[in-house]
Amino acid sequence: MLASGIKSRPVYGRLTSNPQARSNIMVADAEGALAVLDMVADAPDGFWARTHILYVPGGSAAQDHGAKLAALAPFSWHESPTVPAMLPRLRALLGAARMGTQLYLAGTEPLIGEGIRVAGEFGVDHAGVRTEHRGSLARRVQCVHCKGITESVTMSIVPCAHCGRHLFVRDHYSRRIGAFQGVMIDAEKPGDRPPAEELYR
Amino acid sequence: MELAFNEETFRDDFTFRNSPHAIRRFPFPFHEDRYMYAVNIEPHVPGPKGSVYEFPIDVDEHYVSEMRDRALVLREDPLRCQALPHMMTAQWDLLELLMTAMARDYPEHFALTRDGDRWHWINRPLGLDQRFVFGDALTLPCEPMEYVTRQSQGDFALLDHRDGNLWMDAGMITTQADWSLDFDIGMNFFEWHGPVPLAHEMGVFERALKYLLELRVGSPVRRLNWTMTVNPRLDTSPERYPSWGPDRLSLTPDNIGRKLHLRVELQSFWRLPRSNAIVFPIRCYLISLEDLVTVPKWGRRLPRVLRSLPQQLVDYKGLTRYRDMALEWLARYDDGAATSPGGAPD
Amino acid sequence: MSIRPRSSPVRVAEIVPVTPFVKRFRLAATDASPLPRYSGGAHIVVEMRDGGVVRRNPYSLTSSPLHDGDYEISVQRAEVSRGGSVFMHDRVRVGDTLAVSAPVNLFMLDWRARKHVLVAGGIGITPFLAQMAQLSAEGRPFELHYCIRSPERGAYREALERCFPGHVRFYCASKGERLDVTQLVASQPLGTHLYVCGPTPLIDATLEAARAAGWPGHNLHAEHFAAPPSGTPFDVYLQRAGLRVYVGEHESLLEAIEAAGVEVPYLCRGGACGQCETAVLGCDGRLQHHDHWLTTADRAAGRKIMPCVSRFDGRELVLDL
Repeated sequence: MLASGIKSRPVYGRLTSNPQARSNIMVADAEGALAVLDMVADAPDGFWARTHILYVPGGSAAQDHGAKLAALAPFSWHESPTVPAMLPRLRALLGAARMGTQLYLAGTEPLIGEGIRVAGEFGVDHAGVRTEHRGSLARRVQCVHCKGITESVTMSIVPCAHCGRHLFVRDHYSRRIGAFQGVMIDAEKPGDRPPAEELYR
Repeated sequence: MELAFNEETFRDDFTFRNSPHAIRRFPFPFHEDRYMYAVNIEPHVPGPKGSVYEFPIDVDEHYVSEMRDRALVLREDPLRCQALPHMMTAQWDLLELLMTAMARDYPEHFALTRDGDRWHWINRPLGLDQRFVFGDALTLPCEPMEYVTRQSQGDFALLDHRDGNLWMDAGMITTQADWSLDFDIGMNFFEWHGPVPLAHEMGVFERALKYLLELRVGSPVRRLNWTMTVNPRLDTSPERYPSWGPDRLSLTPDNIGRKLHLRVELQSFWRLPRSNAIVFPIRCYLISLEDLVTVPKWGRRLPRVLRSLPQQLVDYKGLTRYRDMALEWLARYDDGAATSPGGAPD
Repeated sequence: MSIRPRSSPVRVAEIVPVTPFVKRFRLAATDASPLPRYSGGAHIVVEMRDGGVVRRNPYSLTSSPLHDGDYEISVQRAEVSRGGSVFMHDRVRVGDTLAVSAPVNLFMLDWRARKHVLVAGGIGITPFLAQMAQLSAEGRPFELHYCIRSPERGAYREALERCFPGHVRFYCASKGERLDVTQLVASQPLGTHLYVCGPTPLIDATLEAARAAGWPGHNLHAEHFAAPPSGTPFDVYLQRAGLRVYVGEHESLLEAIEAAGVEVPYLCRGGACGQCETAVLGCDGRLQHHDHWLTTADRAAGRKIMPCVSRFDGRELVLDL
């Protein structure tokens, strides 16, 4: 579980099934699959038969989590190569969903962030989404200057993948963008920047 | 007092100046010789004639130039003005609030005629004459919040009230002290204050939120906040940090009195009627150290306050590079005499 | 630091019987300054001077929030009245002056909703009248389900059918029509918000059905405007004021405290908003909680009471006032 004192960062919990839900949409990436599999013991009868699963194996592809998820015999099942490729399917499920549908997001923070962002487009309040963080701690970082997103950031200072400025990653998270804020480290004195350290993996 | 508008800039050649009248009415924020956070909120009631509190929406000598600077900011970066789709009712509430107040309190400059939903707005200083249908955004050249806040000094955040919290779901933010609307839009009260040090632990935000949730229509409240800015620059956004960050290294003992400015935000909070949202205007006033020390009490008090700041606040407010130089420059104005309580000049 | 509700005088401009049991009152400003505007779902507290007794009852504003001008409220004559609604029905005349608080909204629409489902029972229709004016003007998807006991009790039925055709459905109990809340909550699109106002059994049944169907709490909104129940008279001691106060049978604890000259902050006067929460310093007897605010744990601890609706039975009650 991801502990942090960052006020603007969501608090991620442990995935538990919502026994009242008439229908479930479950989205996971990489090791997030393990959080879904951990629910099996507690899931009520018939739970998987009313559950849609969208899975993005990412770096965990070799571990065959996808086959284990498919073996749960969910109502629908799809594996996507990347999060952006998965999102149109999530939108289609949410667009057709009724009240009483529970959304679950398990895996990396970027996956959870994207899922919550898309759910908001369908009037789903982030507080009602069940989440669990698993796997990489790497951050998505938005460059506050050029607005480009740099993916998979593990260092305290990182060059923006779009404008090239060296960004200090602030502990400030935007749910709407699903990213941390990056601010130019050497704006006051060009070139004056401390060495980058690996802070999260 | 007759209001004459300055011709001045807040960038490049920085020709911004305060008249002697503007100096006298400056909202000096320190009520004693030290500073710490407090929930220093009070009713936003009319203050003395000529003060920044005389009218609920203050229009001053910088009006025309500030609006020109806002237009320049928006031309480069339209993301400084954004509204989530559910905030349209609140946008109209804000337009009504500002137009009504400005036309009532500055009739020589602004006029509003209402015939049911058909409104006619005249802004003489900016040379605008607009007829529109209240509630129909297509009858204005842009959305109502953008339209009216291009004509009102200060930043404006619109806060949606739901689930016992306030959510920053719209705003016009071009004169901010280093925070990004584009990043913070959609956050709740605790989230957008996330980066502020110390105050969370002190329970300041819990108490402030509880108070704000009880706001009634017609009973706004206010507080002052402050920081310092090198050069009289309104747009100290994180977006533009690369262009204003180097200013901090341009200070010398010879120019600091002229270049370093105390930046005071008059923040007010108003319940909006039809949306039940809250509008949070953040009005920025700038004064150079040179002008500030012309009021002897302020010259004595400011160095004492700066000396009393905890290091976390010095860093958060961005004063780290120049606080000592500022203290050295200010020292000659502090003769050690006692100061009277409150922020007003003696 | 609480902001006290300020009251301002209004003149009764018009009284219109809506049904045999409901009267509509139009309240106008007494001077040129307009009455403050409000949002759909807001209420005002009306202050009535009934001889030596001051009564304060909350009423939803039913006039359209879109237009400036007078306030309208609709008052149902309570079958077992503590005095307020009977006073409004029998004693208030056109031209009289009443005092009203500034509007407060404790039953807000969530403007993000993709659809709004409104469920009204009887006089619980009142907050929805103002909300529908706003929803309709903004072209937002909404539907009203309005439960009434009998045709003559269907306040505003014709007006609703005329103004919002296709958006309203009526369920008249005397004709055997019933709203099936289970079916209602089962077939709503994601992003729907549900609002219910009316008798407690209707509110409870609706919320229970929605929760059982997996609706998250954020999407559920209820307005409990329970009138303070009558009960056995009792005494209360106000520690800080050093006063002993008698609470009569048809008087609430809050009203008795106010009559003794002690001010308590309040907003809803119906046990919903939490404003008047008061610490219990001593209790030799049983607290009779009638509010929707305190948690089960609060009630078990017995250290807090909501004087707007709750009462006491026993020997001695001491409050931190």
